Amino acid sequence: MAETVVFSRPQALAPVNTHYCPGCTHGVIHRLVAEALDELNLKERTVGIAPVGCSVLAYNYFSTDFHEASHGRAPAVATGIKRARPDLIVFSYQGDGDLASIGMGEIVHCANRGEKVTVIFVNNAIYGMTGGQMAPTTMPGQVATTCPLGRDVNLAGWPIRIAELLSTLKTPAFIARGSVHTPLHAVRTKEYIRRAFTLQKEGTCFTLVEVLSTCPTNWGIPPREATDWLEKNMLPYYPLGIFKEPGGEDRAPRPLSAGGR
Amino acid sequence: MAKKLMKGSEAIGEAAVQAGCRLFFGYPITPQNEIPEYLSHRLPQVGGTFVQAESEVAASNMLYGAAGSGERVFTSSSSPGISLMQEAISYIAGSELPCVIVNIMRAGPGLGGILPSQSDYFQATKGGGHGDYRLLVLAPWSVQEAADLVQDAFDLADYYRNPVMILGDGLIGQMMEPVEFKERKPIKDLPPKTWAATGCKGDRPTNIINSLFLDPQVLEDHNRKLKAKYEAMERDERRWVEYGTDGDYDVLVVAYGTVARVCSTAVEDLAAQGVRAALFRPVSLYPFPYDALRKAAEKARAILVVELSTGQMVEDVRLAVQGSRPVRFYGRQGGMLASPEEVAEQIRALAESPAQEVSHG
Repeated sequence: MAETVVFSRPQALAPVNTHYCPGCTHGVIHRLVAEALDELNLKERTVGIAPVGCSVLAYNYFSTDFHEASHGRAPAVATGIKRARPDLIVFSYQGDGDLASIGMGEIVHCANRGEKVTVIFVNNAIYGMTGGQMAPTTMPGQVATTCPLGRDVNLAGWPIRIAELLSTLKTPAFIARGSVHTPLHAVRTKEYIRRAFTLQKEGTCFTLVEVLSTCPTNWGIPPREATDWLEKNMLPYYPLGIFKEPGGEDRAPRPLSAGGR
Repeated sequence: MAKKLMKGSEAIGEAAVQAGCRLFFGYPITPQNEIPEYLSHRLPQVGGTFVQAESEVAASNMLYGAAGSGERVFTSSSSPGISLMQEAISYIAGSELPCVIVNIMRAGPGLGGILPSQSDYFQATKGGGHGDYRLLVLAPWSVQEAADLVQDAFDLADYYRNPVMILGDGLIGQMMEPVEFKERKPIKDLPPKTWAATGCKGDRPTNIINSLFLDPQVLEDHNRKLKAKYEAMERDERRWVEYGTDGDYDVLVVAYGTVARVCSTAVEDLAAQGVRAALFRPVSLYPFPYDALRKAAEKARAILVVELSTGQMVEDVRLAVQGSRPVRFYGRQGGMLASPEEVAEQIRALAESPAQEVSHG
């Protein structure tokens, strides 16, 4: 009887094990990106950009050409690659410290120039690689090693919502936020990622998918509780969905008061 | 192509185009704005791309990305902007990527001023960013030489897979002189860029542009590989020009860039008055022409180093002559220039009493 393969490693993923902690969802997100590249037949003309952070070694985990960036500068590196070789598919893979803190300038201007690249932005509300410090996306009251009493919004401000912030720009083509804390959410997120790469393939401008992710190690809870924590604490503040797509309208300002008094 | 009167900055931009560079990433800063302005209209004429980045930090990382794709790329800036690029330059050197960086130096430190200076010599030749690396540094003294060195720089960058810096001062950028772009061949045998990250087709292993080596033995091996490359540069790429060293002289003047032109005028003026001096002009600042300078110094009783700084290259001159000759320094700073008369006065004083080693900051 002929065997039917129903599940295998995507071609765009390298046949190696990752260094990610147990319960971390980076591996799932890597896989979603790789599946999208396979399905769109883009692997052989893709160059990825690894950030500084937990996914610093991402270049070992994909079987595409890769470029390591300095901390926060991946969108500038992506700009350089795509402008040099417009025929390539270029994506950066960045965490919340990399993109929303040290690299805020680069991401805003890359998006606003409408660079024809895709950004996968992994938001796990904490600095992972350096050991659990407060991130720009850390939740109010969330404990981190540099806010041991929990994030105080009076001192550190409220968490930055990147998908919302960037979708105020007129230029970008596609901005969405997904999550991977359940299989159903992962499937939806993959659709966002596939839409983003499809738009890049078609030559449309800047695309970004923010993906909510868990960090059991630095959150200090088991993986199962981490997915619950994400759903309970992060989803209400970081709503999921598409924030911007081609042909979408600008956000209209609301009147001073709803009743028109 | 016939000779054309061009501003130094524009000649630098055109030289890059003539060298086959089709990519420029930069951020405005005085006194080099004519380079990006020129390229913003020139590059589209030849199918190239000009990007005004949001900062020098971003521009230098765009440079890094584009260089990794194997295309010829360059940026230009001036001192404070070059400081902002140091991180990326370190990554580019660590990842062994070719690119050309032009620094039209202005006076510092800090925001300093916008007038010509040579106070970034240390930064350019001794590292600049973090880690063990070197840039190949070339210093033109005329608009024609700037155009020629920019074209050579692209070949040298590709050959060594290393960033090359053109270190000019505000005078080079702003002055107008006749310049000619001749048909030229690459000055090096340039192998295909099989290392570039351009999409991994078929069975080729992935190309990864990277300077991260967590295994200390692997990093040490990488450091030694870089060191061997720098040694090859030191062996093969030293450039200098000597003026008047065939005859006899009491004072050897050492200067680079436009300051060397002032010094050559001073040397010529003094010759008519019977003061015997010669000029040694390093063109490659890294690798520094130590041996040639040591040899040229043998005939002199004393050495005068003239710079638009408080004394930076003078340290390399002292290393070159190793105490065998007194070395006097004369410098102007802050955007002030040395006149031929000032330099002549220094040479004359030194010719009359060469024994004392004095430094005039």
